[in-house]
Amino acid sequence: MNDNKLINLVNITKSYDNTVILDDLSLYVRENEFVTLLGPSGCGKTTTLRIIGGFETPDKGQVVFEGKDITKLPPNERQLNTVFQKYALFNHMTIAENIAFGLKIKKKSGDYIKDKIKYALKLVNLDGYENRMPNSLSGGQQQRIAIARAIVNEPKVLLLDEPLGALDLKLRQDMQYELIRLKNELGITFVYVTHDQEEALTMSDTIVVMNQGYIQQIGTPEKIYNEPENAFVADFIGDSNIIAATMVEDRLVNILGANFPCVDDGFGKQKPVDVVIRPEDIDLVKPSEGILTGRVTSLIFKGVHYEMEVMAGGREWLVHSTDLCAVGTEVGIKVDPFDIQIMNKPASEDEQAVVPGE
Amino acid sequence: MVKNFFKRFYIGIILLFLYAPIIILIILSFNKSKSRAKWGGFTLKWYAELFQNDDIMRALYTTLILAFVSALIATIIGTAGAFAINAMKKTPRVIMLGITNIPMLNADIVTGISLMLLFVALRFSLGFTSVLLAHITFNIPYVLLSVMPKLKQLNPNTFEAAQDLGASPFYAFFKVILPDIFPGIISGYFLAFTMSLDDFVITYFTKGPEINTLSTKIYTEVRKGIKPEIYALSTIMFTAILLLLIIANRKSGEKNIPLRK
Amino acid sequence: MNDTKPKHNPLLERGLMLPNANRMKLFSFPYILWMAGFIIIPLIMILFYGMTTSENRFTFANLAMIAEPINYKALALALLLSIISTVICLILAYPLSIILNNIKMKSNSLIIFIIILPMWMNFLLRTIAWQNILERTGILNTLLTFLHLPTLNIINTPAAIILGMVYNYLPFMILPIYNVLIKIDQDVVNAARDLGANSLQTFIKIIFPLSLPGVISGITMVFVPSLTTFAISSILGGSKIVLMGNVIEQQFTLGNWHTGSGLSLVLMIFVLLCMAILSKYDKEAEGSSIW
Repeated sequence: MNDNKLINLVNITKSYDNTVILDDLSLYVRENEFVTLLGPSGCGKTTTLRIIGGFETPDKGQVVFEGKDITKLPPNERQLNTVFQKYALFNHMTIAENIAFGLKIKKKSGDYIKDKIKYALKLVNLDGYENRMPNSLSGGQQQRIAIARAIVNEPKVLLLDEPLGALDLKLRQDMQYELIRLKNELGITFVYVTHDQEEALTMSDTIVVMNQGYIQQIGTPEKIYNEPENAFVADFIGDSNIIAATMVEDRLVNILGANFPCVDDGFGKQKPVDVVIRPEDIDLVKPSEGILTGRVTSLIFKGVHYEMEVMAGGREWLVHSTDLCAVGTEVGIKVDPFDIQIMNKPASEDEQAVVPGE
Repeated sequence: MVKNFFKRFYIGIILLFLYAPIIILIILSFNKSKSRAKWGGFTLKWYAELFQNDDIMRALYTTLILAFVSALIATIIGTAGAFAINAMKKTPRVIMLGITNIPMLNADIVTGISLMLLFVALRFSLGFTSVLLAHITFNIPYVLLSVMPKLKQLNPNTFEAAQDLGASPFYAFFKVILPDIFPGIISGYFLAFTMSLDDFVITYFTKGPEINTLSTKIYTEVRKGIKPEIYALSTIMFTAILLLLIIANRKSGEKNIPLRK
Repeated sequence: MNDTKPKHNPLLERGLMLPNANRMKLFSFPYILWMAGFIIIPLIMILFYGMTTSENRFTFANLAMIAEPINYKALALALLLSIISTVICLILAYPLSIILNNIKMKSNSLIIFIIILPMWMNFLLRTIAWQNILERTGILNTLLTFLHLPTLNIINTPAAIILGMVYNYLPFMILPIYNVLIKIDQDVVNAARDLGANSLQTFIKIIFPLSLPGVISGITMVFVPSLTTFAISSILGGSKIVLMGNVIEQQFTLGNWHTGSGLSLVLMIFVLLCMAILSKYDKEAEGSSIW
């Protein structure tokens, strides 16, 4: 594995007014990676980004960039640029002046700046907007100007703080593709903060799931989705059935009284665990063919699939299927062994933190 | 560290500058000597004599009534005006706001003189009523400009929601809109009250010879020497306001929750 | 690439539409009548008096009175002193506002409270108190003598008037600047730092330009009353120093209403001129106020 750590956060701790926001957080970002910090509000993801950007100083720990400790370096001396949540454009300047800001500070030549503005506006599909004022632009356009303003400085890393949070759904989806395209064209590292799991799954190379100041899991989108390491991750990423179960032996788990074959081993015998089963991984079959039997209690049409709730083994199972089963139908539940994800139960309520698997 | 010390020092100097005259006035109110120039020992007699002094008590009474009534009428007219202007289209709104700004930006002396000329031309004798009309005039803009921002922040849907839930427009207005903008109305009233209390120039030109407010009374006494009772009165008023505002600040302070996450 | 237009909520655009807009407009009648009767008509009265003789004949003579040496000297001195006071207020108030903004109090109402509290003591009395401080044997000189420093004799000089102006109007400079500074989005400042600007560059290119509306309304609120005052100059300037406000006040006490109105018109023209120059820098035209 490429071990070129561009940014390395080492044992970062940060608290405000006696509230711990980040507790001993360690994380690294590889060169040219698209890393997303994902979590609910208040999980510490924005604080982490602001520590990388230099707007906050950690109470403890180090920020290492290209092997150099930059913990105490002010933001203007860091080779990173930030795209702020609410754009933070300079409303008293034209679009061109906004984009030129960083370049003028670096005393680049007039021609160079002019070329760069043209290039950046083209890149974000806003050619010809040089002399407009930020206030006359729509939210999506302002967002793209904020990105243009950051990337003309050719930063090694672009930090993005929920940049699409204020946009509506359609525009947000367009901008997601736009950002992926930009990243590929520029070939720079992106560190992206969002609370939107779909956004994270769509764009990232690596997702860092955070909650309450701790990293819950680090992995590729597929890994995070298919193999959540704990109930929080499973619950936060997509819909899922999280069920308390017992590991009977290697490759066999007892869920609500029925034994399901699975592919995990090494948990021990008769060990309490949590299992995660994605709603689309549940097959509804004839009662005689199922491992568990139940009855459909609700049915909603969702466009690409039907969403059903099935009462089986004493609890509601959420099922997504393209096949319709009417309310009241007796059904059998079957799950392929590799679709059952087994997780250790957290030792206590407090200790939700998980040591990230490398 | 040095930087922090300098910052505090600077704030301290400015506050000393702003409060030095007030400290002196408070000290003078306890000065036995009638002369401002020397300290004759501590006394409370000016506080006792203050209430015997009809002249000062009458001026105080006029000042307070004037402030109370003018602020009240200005609040009613100004609030109604704010609603109306807020509902206007852009061009008339800008014109109306421009007119509103005239008495705020115009020199007090010009406002005072122009009103005096108007009263005289209408053969309206100068006295309490003319001063009252003048005070209402310069108070209205302060009320209007306090209420307008609150109206702008108002979510139009709340009014519709109230009606949707079955309230009559009238009921919705008094139960939903008015409570929402009430802080603006209150601060407008207090602002107007203060401005009226502290006004000298406009009162000076519109009052006529019959009446005096505290301001005009003090002005006529500048040359002959201020009566020490006035220092006592100002000290009382200042302390009363200080206490009132501290209590108000405490109360609103309790509601303040730190914004940081 | 297609993009949605900025969202317009028609209700918010128009302002709140209460029961119905026409009924709302009825509310404006007392206001409009009042403003017309007590602001517009009185201004026309000044214009009328200023442009006529006591026989109601049209004349420019009242305006021409400004050419009298005593009058134009008073105007020139008033302009000079008020400009100096305004500049001093700006120099004192801006750093103070920045420091106050950096303190980041939980509630800024306390700061505003401390700044405006002195205004609750009558301004004439406070100005008189400065006599006590500045007099030949006043507090300041007693202190200076005690420290074996040379004494200052500034009472009844233009310097004392400037001090009085700065003292009385400083809060009107501090409040609008402070109010603008606290509203600047911290992320805009962060963005400038992020793009490589150091503290000084951030101040010059971002913070100062964004605070201009506050600076301008502060300048107006200090300059206009300073230019037109007659109370401060008569209390701290003695009888020898005459400002434009004193000239106009004398004309009215002497009964020369036409001359007084003419000179008021001249004063108004100067105020308007200065504000016109200032408003060029102020893009936020609609209802900029300190409150």
